[in-house]
Parts: sequence; C-alpha cells; structure tokens
Amino acid sequence: MLTHVGEQNAVVLIEVKEERLDAHNSSELKTQMLNLFEAGKNNIVVDLGDVRFVDSSGLGALVSGFKNASARNGNLKLCNLQPQVQSMFELTRLHRVFEIFPDNQRALASFQD
Amino acid sequence: MNERIELDIRVPNETRYLSLIGKIGEFLAQTLQKYRGDREELAYHINLVLTEAVANAIRHARAEERVEEVHITISIHDHQLIIRVYDQGKGFDICSLPPTDQEEIDEKCLQDHGRGIYIMRTLMDRVSYRKMPQGNVLEMEKSL
Repeated sequence: MLTHVGEQNAVVLIEVKEERLDAHNSSELKTQMLNLFEAGKNNIVVDLGDVRFVDSSGLGALVSGFKNASARNGNLKLCNLQPQVQSMFELTRLHRVFEIFPDNQRALASFQD
Repeated sequence: MNERIELDIRVPNETRYLSLIGKIGEFLAQTLQKYRGDREELAYHINLVLTEAVANAIRHARAEERVEEVHITISIHDHQLIIRVYDQGKGFDICSLPPTDQEEIDEKCLQDHGRGIYIMRTLMDRVSYRKMPQGNVLEMEKSL
C-alpha cells in the first residue's frame, strides 16, 4: 500500500495514496499504524483524499487504529473523505465515532485545541 | 425489449482480484440501458457488495487448501440484479454474524469486524447463504 507519512507538531499524517482501501491492502495500513503506536506516536490523521472506495475491511482497519490510539490516550482523526466514502461512514454509523475534517490542515490543527 | 445480461466470472482466490471484480460491477451499472436511479451510486453499491461477498468467499476458501478459485455470476433480467458468489469452503453461518438491527449496530459500532454482511443486507433487497453439495452460495438480489 502506498502512503505518504509526515509529522507536524507531534501528530503523524498518513496520506493513503491508493484508490481503494479494501481487504487486499487494509492490513498493511493496520500494521503501519501499529508500528507508529509502538514508536510512541499516538496522534494520527489519516488523509483519504485519494481513496474513492472503502470496504468493511478498510473501515475495520481504521476502527482498529482509532481504538488503539484511544487506548494510548491519543486520537485518530480522518480528513478529505470523498462523497461515496463519507456515505460509507454514515451507512455504518462510523461518522459519529471519528472526527472528520475537510482537509488535513484543519485535522492537524484540531490536536492543538 | 427487456435487457438481459449474464456474466460468469472465475478468478484465483486472491484479494488482488477484488478491484477487478468491483470494476466489472461498476461498468455493468454504467452500461444499463433503462436504469432511472442514481447510476453512480448504484455502481458504487454493486462494487461494494461484490467486494464484500468475494472477500468473504476468499477468506473461507483459504481454509480449504484445495480451493484455488472463486466463482461469481452476475445477472440482470426483468429489472432484477442477482449476484451469486460460490465458495467451496466450510462456509459460515450468516445468522451468527452481527445483526442488522440498527440499535445493535450502534452498540457494536466499534467492532473491528462484521460490517460486511450488514452492508450487503442494507444495500441489497435480499441476501441468502445456502449450503450446496459442492460448496456454498451467497446470493444477493436487488430490484433495479
């Protein structure tokens, strides 16, 4: 899975550079996030701007990351959701679980509040 | 004339083929002559239910080492879309998966797994899973 990873003010930004986040590649995202948690990085923003398709495995990986972040007193937030991806979150009620931002700058800034 | 389309697909039981199957479903939605609803939304939904069903079949086929392919049929006839995904695995109990009741979904929102069946049941009119002599078939139906 292709991602760009950066850091700003102790918050890690993962930009998923794939069109699909599904059963084929979601475990790689899960592993990447676990590695970050093990390195003590508990605040993550996942930018899904390039992702036009997410299935239940993709959602599961994000939920797993969210739970791990929360368990470590951190947070995982999302940004740049395409309309159909946003609909998936609403269908599964996960839009009430995650904080979702229109762009990564606002998502990153929210950690400073 | 009623549009009639039948697709019969076999692919290796590997998740790298999910994208191909999903795109076939999307193209099918875009090709329909008489569909009057939101075509883009239908395309996404077909992509999604196919991905979920085939991913399930692959997961269960992997438990049976002799199984090397997944078999899918997609048919459109009399404004009915029927998708069948065949697996030769030991199968799974469709009733044992998280229910579709919204209240329970809210409670179980934070489970890592189990949304696939819920998604299929929500987006399709009917979902069934039958054990057959040579395996199992997940069948999903939707009126177009």
